[in-house]
Amino acid sequence: MFKIVDKKTLSPSTKLVVVRAPHVAKRARPGQFVMIQIDESGERIPLTIADFDRRAGTVTMIFQEVGKTTMHLGTLRPGDELFAVAGPLGHPSEIALYGKVLCIGGGVGIAPIFPIARALKEAGNTVLSIIGARTKDLLFWEDRMASVSDELIICTDDGSYGRKAVVTQPLQEILMKEASNIARIWAIGPAVMMKFVCKATEPYGIPTIVSLNTIMVDGTGMCGSCRVDLKGETKFVCVDGPEFDGHLVNWENLLMRLCIYREEEQLALNRWLETTQGVIAAGGKA
Amino acid sequence: MEERRKKLNLNRVPMPKQPPETRRLNFEEVALGYTDDLARLEAERCLECKKPTCVRGCPVMVDIPDFIGEIKKGNPEGALKIIKNKNSLPGICGRVCPQELQCEKQCILAKKGAPVAIGRLERYVADWELHNGRRSIPEIAPSSGRRVAVVGSGPAGLTCAADLARMGHSVTIFEALHVAGGVLVYGIPEFRLPKRIVQAEVAYVASLGVEIRLDAIVGRTVQVDELLSDGYDAVFLGIGAGAPIFLDVPGKNLNGIYSANEFLTRINLMKAYLFPEYDTPIKVGRRVAVIGGGNVAMDASRCAVRMGAQEVFVVYRRSEKEMPARHEEIENAQEEGVIFKVLTTPVRFIGDEHGWVRAMECVQMELGDPDESGRRRPVPKPGSEFILEVDTVIMSLGNSPNPLVPQNTPGLETTRWGTIVADENGRTSKRGVWAGGDIVTGAATVISAMGAGKRAALDIDAYLKAL
Ligand SMILES: Cc1cc2nc3c(=O)[nH]c(=O)nc-3n(C[C@H](O)[C@H](O)[C@H](O)COP(=O)(O)OP(=O)(O)OC[C@H]3O[C@@H](n4cnc5c(N)ncnc54)[C@H](O)[C@@H]3O)c2cc1C
Ligand SMILES: Cc1cc2nc3c(=O)[nH]c(=O)nc-3n(C[C@H](O)[C@H](O)[C@H](O)COP(=O)(O)OP(=O)(O)OC[C@H]3O[C@@H](n4cnc5c(N)ncnc54)[C@H](O)[C@@H]3O)c2cc1C
Ligand code: SF4
Ligand code: SF4
Ligand code: FES
Repeated sequence: MFKIVDKKTLSPSTKLVVVRAPHVAKRARPGQFVMIQIDESGERIPLTIADFDRRAGTVTMIFQEVGKTTMHLGTLRPGDELFAVAGPLGHPSEIALYGKVLCIGGGVGIAPIFPIARALKEAGNTVLSIIGARTKDLLFWEDRMASVSDELIICTDDGSYGRKAVVTQPLQEILMKEASNIARIWAIGPAVMMKFVCKATEPYGIPTIVSLNTIMVDGTGMCGSCRVDLKGETKFVCVDGPEFDGHLVNWENLLMRLCIYREEEQLALNRWLETTQGVIAAGGKA
Repeated sequence: MEERRKKLNLNRVPMPKQPPETRRLNFEEVALGYTDDLARLEAERCLECKKPTCVRGCPVMVDIPDFIGEIKKGNPEGALKIIKNKNSLPGICGRVCPQELQCEKQCILAKKGAPVAIGRLERYVADWELHNGRRSIPEIAPSSGRRVAVVGSGPAGLTCAADLARMGHSVTIFEALHVAGGVLVYGIPEFRLPKRIVQAEVAYVASLGVEIRLDAIVGRTVQVDELLSDGYDAVFLGIGAGAPIFLDVPGKNLNGIYSANEFLTRINLMKAYLFPEYDTPIKVGRRVAVIGGGNVAMDASRCAVRMGAQEVFVVYRRSEKEMPARHEEIENAQEEGVIFKVLTTPVRFIGDEHGWVRAMECVQMELGDPDESGRRRPVPKPGSEFILEVDTVIMSLGNSPNPLVPQNTPGLETTRWGTIVADENGRTSKRGVWAGGDIVTGAATVISAMGAGKRAALDIDAYLKAL
């Protein structure tokens, strides 16, 4: 069992948990993830390691409440325990001195982009960052991102904070102004966002690294649920990724595969909301 | 001679089974096991040969006539002790060993009629223990002060760990998943091998003092070299051949196309058949095609039946005679209504506008000259293409070794198929590292993995004593 030692609410639907998992913290590197399972009947879901503290033996995960498992996770409190935390999984980000790099985080993707931006900065790169969300409430870690970026652009879809724009708009402007100066781009966020970032950067030939969020079961290369099509070649996101050259990704297939369990997810969510609503309203935990 | 022959009973005592129409609708065990009386009746058939040929057929050399003798005497406890001397997982082997190719094939009675039902008797003894509480606590040698890391908790790892613990070594198992048991928990379905049996066997291994560390992925969470430098004197790799193979034809990534590993893992390990009580979903349509002809394909097709599919096809490129699945499992599947389409192979999957598989184009095959495996090679018949409408496809084409450990372990030699090179005692090219089971042989059997775990344990013990 893995104890939750801290929990924060970053926005109404974005939460942070710090979990004691020394075996993961010991080796964790930016870009890697864990598979967690809340209880024995729960689903195994992947979450990116947003931060880690080797000395304390803890890892931090930031998640958006989108369905049953993430909402359930959101009701847990310090002292509660998770049934399983396995990791660190996937290949770490390839951190090196590239020169000028651009880090783009959309929505909950701000969490995983932060340790990458920090590591890139530490490696001596000039870090340009763009973070965006649908609305002001969903933004978080502006201060952290600012602390590791030479320049930080913030945007919201509805203009409630920062620029009123989606992240690809400032990206286009940067590309027009100084594409040849940008050595490498990282983009993490919803699949659709990553797809459009890649479309924008492709004509300029700038290597664009994305972190793919396919549906996983084991996370160890055993099932193939997480497979993606990279220009005709099948790769497993959990062991070959999660980061890939975004220009090779078959986005249509990826987006389609994310919808496989739409109906079941809705059913699970409704069922969970029904059984917990009373409890939550009464101030208890689920 | 006449006298003797008369006494020979050439027909085995049948084992009660759930009838097909009932079992199609549940995940409970199909074969119900012998009662005390049935077991003794069947045991009576054994001649207790002085030079028992059956033992030679068993990869771990269970003392078959001796344990059957105890059943005859109405002493399952004694039988259990004898079996456990050689085989720490009898409840599992009694159920899933391909006995018809192993112990029972070599039984002297097989020459004249049906061999003694050794597997069923073994299962009977293991079940007796399960109902009556743990009886046999084996002797454990005094502590050697040596530590061994066993990677993977499938049959190879569990056996190796159990044997080493009994020899007095301190053993830690590292398992990637949240449950121990390997294929026994994530692959083989509940209706063939109830998970409580696996749990009981795992608990037995733990009762010998073996520490089981779950959620620990070697190659990621910890490296083999770290284990060796952090105080483990030897490492055994029993990591299985766990990576799925997909048929490389157009449309293979459409929605509704699973690897057998994913399909079975969702159902068995994550209990998707109990969704929504359990959170992990699975989607099984009305017409399901399982591609392949091995035990895994039988398990997948029988799971699909139980998940409510209306028609389930097993699509296999050779003829039924070449199917690698156990005869008993093919029969079970057929009884449950699975339709076999042999000499057929898909050439492409066809999707609808939402990316879901709707049909597959197949081609008929005929058998040509024998290939390297000695089986006749299937060749497509030109012009025989046809469309089979299906909304779920399960690819059951075998597994290749998971590269996580080999890739992260310098000095560990692998073959060009990715299996780890090891001698008959499991020694690898790397000092202090042994390997056994599917990761060495490619997909094989539970009992052969156990045999490999046993031989490695002996060799590791000798190595540790010489340190
Ligand atoms: C490598 C990786 C890292 C990730 N990191 C983060 C992160 O740091 N923070 C975060 O909020 N989310 C992250 N995700 C996505 C996260 O795993 C899903 O949001 C979560 O599984 C949703 O589960 P649910 O039960 O709450 O929602 P559901 O209602 O089950 O699903 C909502 C959506 O989440 C996706 N999803 C469902 N089940 C799974 C599954 N088993 N595995 C993966 N995706 C699934 C599907 O697209 C689905 O439509 C990551 C995904 C991957 C692959
Ligand atoms: C569906 C199915 C049905 C089968 N039916 C039968 C049958 O009826 N009879 C029969 O005899 N055989 C059967 N087999 C074959 C048999 O199950 C295998 O040959 C046997 O399980 C191999 O044992 P193993 O110990 O080598 O590996 P596995 O059972 O595969 O166990 C390997 C274990 O190692 C773990 N692991 C892998 N990588 C790592 C890592 N990096 N770090 C930590 N842990 C790791 C895995 O999670 C797993 O738990 C079947 C196989 C399948 C898939
Ligand atoms: S372990 Fe398997 S092969 Fe050996 S006697 Fe038992 S059933 Fe037969
Ligand atoms: S060969 Fe057959 S009859 Fe002889 S001891 Fe073995 S099981 Fe009994
Ligand atoms: S999640 Fe199973 S192979 Fe990647």
